[in-house]
Amino acid sequence: MTDPTLLKTPLHSLHVALGARMVPFAGYDMPVQYPTGIVTEHLHTRAAAGLFDVSHMGQLRLDGAGAAAALERLVPGEIQALKPQRMRYTLLTEESGGILDDLMVTNMGDHLFVVVNAACKAEDTAHMKRALEPAIKVTPLPERALIALQGPEAAAVLARLAPAVGAMPFMSVKAETLEGAACLVSRSGYTGEDGFEISVPAEAAERLTRRLLRESEVKPIGLGARDTLRLEAGLCLYGHDIDRSTTPVEADLAFALGKRRREQGGFLGAATILRQLREGVARKRVGIKPEGRAPAREGTEILDAGGTVIGKVTSGGFGPSVDGPIAMGYVASAHAAPGTALSLMVRGTPRPARVVTLPFAPHRYYRG
Amino acid sequence: MTVRYTKDHEWVRVEGTTATVGITDYAQGQLGDVVYVEVPEVGRKLEQGKEAAVVESVKAASEVYAPISGQVTAANGDLAGEPARVNNDAMGQGWFFKMTVANPKELDALMDEAQYKAYVEGLG
Repeated sequence: MTDPTLLKTPLHSLHVALGARMVPFAGYDMPVQYPTGIVTEHLHTRAAAGLFDVSHMGQLRLDGAGAAAALERLVPGEIQALKPQRMRYTLLTEESGGILDDLMVTNMGDHLFVVVNAACKAEDTAHMKRALEPAIKVTPLPERALIALQGPEAAAVLARLAPAVGAMPFMSVKAETLEGAACLVSRSGYTGEDGFEISVPAEAAERLTRRLLRESEVKPIGLGARDTLRLEAGLCLYGHDIDRSTTPVEADLAFALGKRRREQGGFLGAATILRQLREGVARKRVGIKPEGRAPAREGTEILDAGGTVIGKVTSGGFGPSVDGPIAMGYVASAHAAPGTALSLMVRGTPRPARVVTLPFAPHRYYRG
Repeated sequence: MTVRYTKDHEWVRVEGTTATVGITDYAQGQLGDVVYVEVPEVGRKLEQGKEAAVVESVKAASEVYAPISGQVTAANGDLAGEPARVNNDAMGQGWFFKMTVANPKELDALMDEAQYKAYVEGLG
């Protein structure tokens, strides 16, 4: 029986009607897969278009003069120079340099629109309120659902409902009316594919989702395939690949640090993070390709050629497009170069693996 | 020929002095796409209820326990190249290994098909 304390997204009854297997995730009862299964869903997303319910994620708006400058106290990203209708990936950091969450920030002109991870949203909101209010008003948007349409056919499909979305650049947003509902469409995602994330009023979410599912290219995709798609794309999962014990530099997310921010600092954790940029780090997040077929799961110990433990796998499993096991983890920096031979301790047996350049599956974002 | 089932969702089919072991159709359905199987080497002695093999789905690794005690006489090498056989034919081509029957009485503690069916229905 379903845990009655679990929250439901506005698409919950649709998932059940579609035959999804529901599992608890970040306090929500979420679809891990539909009857066709994770591998089929994954490959379908890479070949056509997959539709994901990500309404459990936290959507917020930040209002007030100087919101971008204020938010920059909490993130190392360049927010002030973000052009209107553009979004950026950044990180909420803490004084130690650790990562509180990763998030998307969009310049909406008169306010900032922010999307954070489901498991972090309560703490993120409290953190931002403490640091930014009263000058900047932090408003959660629980009345909005979020769906993602991902894959090479996503643009053709969504353009049938709103022709202008086809020309949207990667990491841009556009207000669009979809199925009569005022939506915010962004060209972004978590699969490595071209695609969109659509913030839609909760009451219109099922109508829009059913409309999209009527298109022959679109199938519903669960959290299981969402995880294999993002792992192949080399993208971090908060709470696994990044958390308060890892810094942006260790996590190889320095691309998310703005140039001006590197020079000026002025964000939580800047002392540690900027020092690590200058002096290097003791460990780094890398891609790992196990040889053979055996997956190495999260928590698997990583050994160097001499048998010394040099790190741990933080995400590991099977990549359906790679058609084999794939993993990410942290290793001592001396072993972080692509091609470095490693061993993975799987069920007491060391198995050969190599450091590889991420992603495992090439990104296919729309660059215009 | 006797087929028996465990609460951990293994099946064991006894023909003469040899038992063939696999996981049930219910188990493969719960696991989802099987992507890797590790079968025991021939000659290994297995003890009832102890770990004998590993089956991995996209999501997770699961242990397969020996339904009875005995010695491994054959392992299904086809699963290395085609682990999806476990999904497509759990009770047939998806078998894991064959073993001797060290103590036939151990079979008495296992479920027959009707009992297993009722057991699975009870799991909801």
